[in-house]
Amino acid sequence: MKKTKKKIYVGSLILKILIILAAIFTVVMLGYLIVYILGKGIPHLTPSLFSLHYDSDNVSMLPSIINTLIMIGVALLIAVPIGVFSAVYLTEYAKKGNKLVKVIRTTAETLTGIPSIVYGLFGMLFFVTACHMSYSLMAGILTVAIMVLPTVLRTTEEALLAVPDSFREGSFGLGAGKLRTVFRIVLPSAIPGILSGVILSTGRIAGETAALIYTAGTMATLPKNLLSSGRTLAVHMYVLSQEGLHTDQAFATAVILLVMVLLINILSSVIAKKMQRD
Amino acid sequence: MKRKEKVFEIIFLLVACISIVAVAMICIFLFANGIPAMGKIGLGKFLGGQVWKPGNDKYGIFPMIIGSLYITGGAIAVGVPIGIFTAVFLAKYCPSGLYKIIKPATELLAGIPSVVYGFFGLMVIVPAVRMIFGTDNTDGMSILTASFLLGIMILPTIIGVTETSIRSVNNAYFEGALALGATKEASIFRCVIPAAKSGILAGVVLGIGRAIGETMAVVMIAGNQPRMPKGILQGVRTLTTNVVLEMGYATGLHREALIATGVVLFVFILIINLAFSIIKGKGEKE
Repeated sequence: MKKTKKKIYVGSLILKILIILAAIFTVVMLGYLIVYILGKGIPHLTPSLFSLHYDSDNVSMLPSIINTLIMIGVALLIAVPIGVFSAVYLTEYAKKGNKLVKVIRTTAETLTGIPSIVYGLFGMLFFVTACHMSYSLMAGILTVAIMVLPTVLRTTEEALLAVPDSFREGSFGLGAGKLRTVFRIVLPSAIPGILSGVILSTGRIAGETAALIYTAGTMATLPKNLLSSGRTLAVHMYVLSQEGLHTDQAFATAVILLVMVLLINILSSVIAKKMQRD
Repeated sequence: MKRKEKVFEIIFLLVACISIVAVAMICIFLFANGIPAMGKIGLGKFLGGQVWKPGNDKYGIFPMIIGSLYITGGAIAVGVPIGIFTAVFLAKYCPSGLYKIIKPATELLAGIPSVVYGFFGLMVIVPAVRMIFGTDNTDGMSILTASFLLGIMILPTIIGVTETSIRSVNNAYFEGALALGATKEASIFRCVIPAAKSGILAGVVLGIGRAIGETMAVVMIAGNQPRMPKGILQGVRTLTTNVVLEMGYATGLHREALIATGVVLFVFILIINLAFSIIKGKGEKE
């Protein structure tokens, strides 16, 4: 702004103040939430909360952390190949204007919009009841795998579209077939994009509650296998806060969840930066 | 060699169809399990009934539909103005040094799990509302509390979409308005935002979808009383929380009625999705 004689417009000034206030509100709200949770939770992060054994006196969260990791690992193992292969079909094989492609895109968008409680209901009706899995890690894993599928699909598709056509042409020119071109040339150069989808999905699974309560159940002990019930960390936190007896431990759990989310965000921004440089 | 190529093409095609199968299965299972209950209860009694008393075989979800609409409306009232203003700040005012802090902060806001939001609401916003309006008027768990928290939760969606659409407006509009002597604010709100309106609208619709589908944060702070709300300081139950609260112990018709509640929610979401893709399609055409 130049310091010339300038008429002050009240309306503009008010708008400007509102804009700045809104930005401040957003940042302060986030800052307050983080500081509040960390401040209340860190003092209660006792070693006993990380014991392998859970009972109602010592509401250890280690079993829930292990469940969360198992759930993330296996769900990604299912969702990533499906998402990547679907994206390969959409970008590399399907012809332009193909009706099927349109349908697949629409369904993937629909899946993105479905709230987690509806996934939970579906998982309960299909995996738990119709497939006789009862409340089990596996039922939860399959439910969240469907939930994160559109995320993996979309990010991979974007990454594949960003691979320049000259790569493909070069590969074809050297005599490689389509399949070899996809696996040796196109997919490797799209890895950072695929990874960002994987990280986004990890965050979504780690924070998921509504889809898991009635699929994976709320057993707080270590699971024997994938067919036994087990609660993830987010579910653990929900149960603790609903019981109202272990507020301090709920804060401590919130700290671990927040740290997890922070790490995931940092990781994804590192990868995004790397992609820009390439 | 040729054969291998063909086999893999078919594999890719089949895998790509899994999302179609998933959507179809979700529709089939929800509708098949929910619609019979609507028939047994009576569609009018189910959607329009004001009493939810599973013990007395009364299954009216009208209070929950209203509850969901109230809370979503409140979240929009809180989240949309703040979100749009913040997006304007990010796109037009923010110095690049500050941008590197605020932008990741909004992204972090999107990543925080809903239980953490709910717990924060329970510990901070609920007591605050109780203090401000007095314990005689409210116990703190109310439409207002839930609307405020959900408003914060949909901020990242609104900010992200609005910022992108503001940035995609040709800068000549902005500079043209400035050159004609309009103030910076007038140029933004009279020229840039109208040009970006379909994108912003799409963001708002996306936010509505998030707010109406949110479960865990709402169940922790909205009070969950299944009755017609008489004011924004009273507790309320939404479609989502109705399912999550009672599914654990429900049997028979009660259970089916809860699934039917999920079906109503699902139909809402499908309508919102449709609206979103229509608005987005329109925006791309322009």
